[in-house]
Amino acid sequence: MPDLSKLLPPPMRRPAKPGEGNGNGGNGNGNHPAIEKAKEAPADLVGWVDERMGMSGFMTGALLRKVPKGTNWFYTLGSATMFAFVVQAVTGVFLAMYYVPSPVEAYESITYLTNEVFMGEFVRGMHKWGASVMVILVFVHMARTFFFGAYKYPRELNWVIGVVLLILTMTMGFTGYLLPFDQRSYWATIVGVNINGTGPVVGPYLSDFLRAGPEFGATTLARFYAIHMLLVPGAIIAMIGAHLYLVAKLGTTVPPWMRAETKSKASREKKVG
Amino acid sequence: MAENGTDIPDGTVAESAGSGLPEMKPAGYFEGETMTRRAAFSAGGQALGGAAGLLIIGPATLFAAAPIFDQPEETWEAVGSVEGFTADTYRSVVITIVTGIGEAGKTTVYVREGSPETYDYESAESYIAVSTRCAHLGCPVRFVQAAGNFICPCHGGVYDFEGKVIGGPPVRPLDRFQTRVTNGQVEIGPRYSVTGDLDPVRARDPGEFTGGIWEYLFPPRPSTAPAPPS
Repeated sequence: MPDLSKLLPPPMRRPAKPGEGNGNGGNGNGNHPAIEKAKEAPADLVGWVDERMGMSGFMTGALLRKVPKGTNWFYTLGSATMFAFVVQAVTGVFLAMYYVPSPVEAYESITYLTNEVFMGEFVRGMHKWGASVMVILVFVHMARTFFFGAYKYPRELNWVIGVVLLILTMTMGFTGYLLPFDQRSYWATIVGVNINGTGPVVGPYLSDFLRAGPEFGATTLARFYAIHMLLVPGAIIAMIGAHLYLVAKLGTTVPPWMRAETKSKASREKKVG
Repeated sequence: MAENGTDIPDGTVAESAGSGLPEMKPAGYFEGETMTRRAAFSAGGQALGGAAGLLIIGPATLFAAAPIFDQPEETWEAVGSVEGFTADTYRSVVITIVTGIGEAGKTTVYVREGSPETYDYESAESYIAVSTRCAHLGCPVRFVQAAGNFICPCHGGVYDFEGKVIGGPPVRPLDRFQTRVTNGQVEIGPRYSVTGDLDPVRARDPGEFTGGIWEYLFPPRPSTAPAPPS
């Protein structure tokens, strides 16, 4: 097996122990210098980039940060949610290659990409079911944060950002639901827009904004499409960036069942003595 | 460093708090200034950047919100000759309320002749066009002949023959369309909403109250046609 540590830029590598290696990042197993040089090639490439970007310190801090004792599988829910978003983003980009956001052609284009295009049903299925998976994961992640008390000081801001992400995810679900433009999409959107309209004072104008007019009209679908694939994803990416920055900056919490270190200094000293 | 007329190096002048360093006067300082050159340029630069941002965000927002202020053209559509409609029951007709979007722009309307014998405020030569859009959340209601009621499939709203709520969650009677007769043809025009007593008001979206104090929570929208005189 090749030494994978060569792929890491030098600052991220485990330091050689005394008597190990040649002090040069290599493993010093006596190969010809040319072979050693060839093995260094990937590291050289990463090193070349790192020398110019200076990212390795930041990456080391973000990826190799210390996590508290008791960290468990529940702590992967946030990553799982982000992975669900990545799946949605990737499949969505490819669905956009076939989809036509026009009231007359939308249903036809969906039928075509589902039934005629190679793997179309699978890619659309990933986007459709992935949407539900993402919403479920968002809520499970939120529940984990709540029950572990991980929203408390100094992480309140990250909770707030998370709630914004929840609302944005719901907006994605609402706007994406219309796009297949079948009977269910159409009537669900009519009802959804009218629910928005029941908000006092601003509700009626919000409905007009969403529909682009007093009735479901020619540009309603295009409007929902633009919100679904441009406006909200951009906001979600920005918010995820802020969310991850705070996670890396503040670190994660211990699970509530881990007992705090209560041994007094005196008792420890006694033990040592 | 003594360019401002204050003695600096001998330690007799005020020192900036805590730092132990002599107070530095920036270039261009004059006695009695309220804002340093640096602060003025900084504020000016930020104001310029803010103005540039508003120049982009402002028009783009108005562009997206324009349909709120845009009143569509008033359209009238003939749906059949006057002989085809009676006062004792509704006949369903299909009209186009939004053009260019195929089936999605069409809606069913229930039409009958006015019935002064049953409802004294209706006149014999007038025509009543009741919208099928449920006043709860906008699902399509159906007129059930046997019951003489309009029934909504979504959440169980029930309306009587006039369109007044007799059951379920709707907050007001069914909307209506303006009607007129031209050359013996019944024509259907803009939509309007009604209060609980069937007084016409400007068209509201489903779920919004008409009449009473709750009406003030849902102001009329400029994108709808004015209400007809009652």
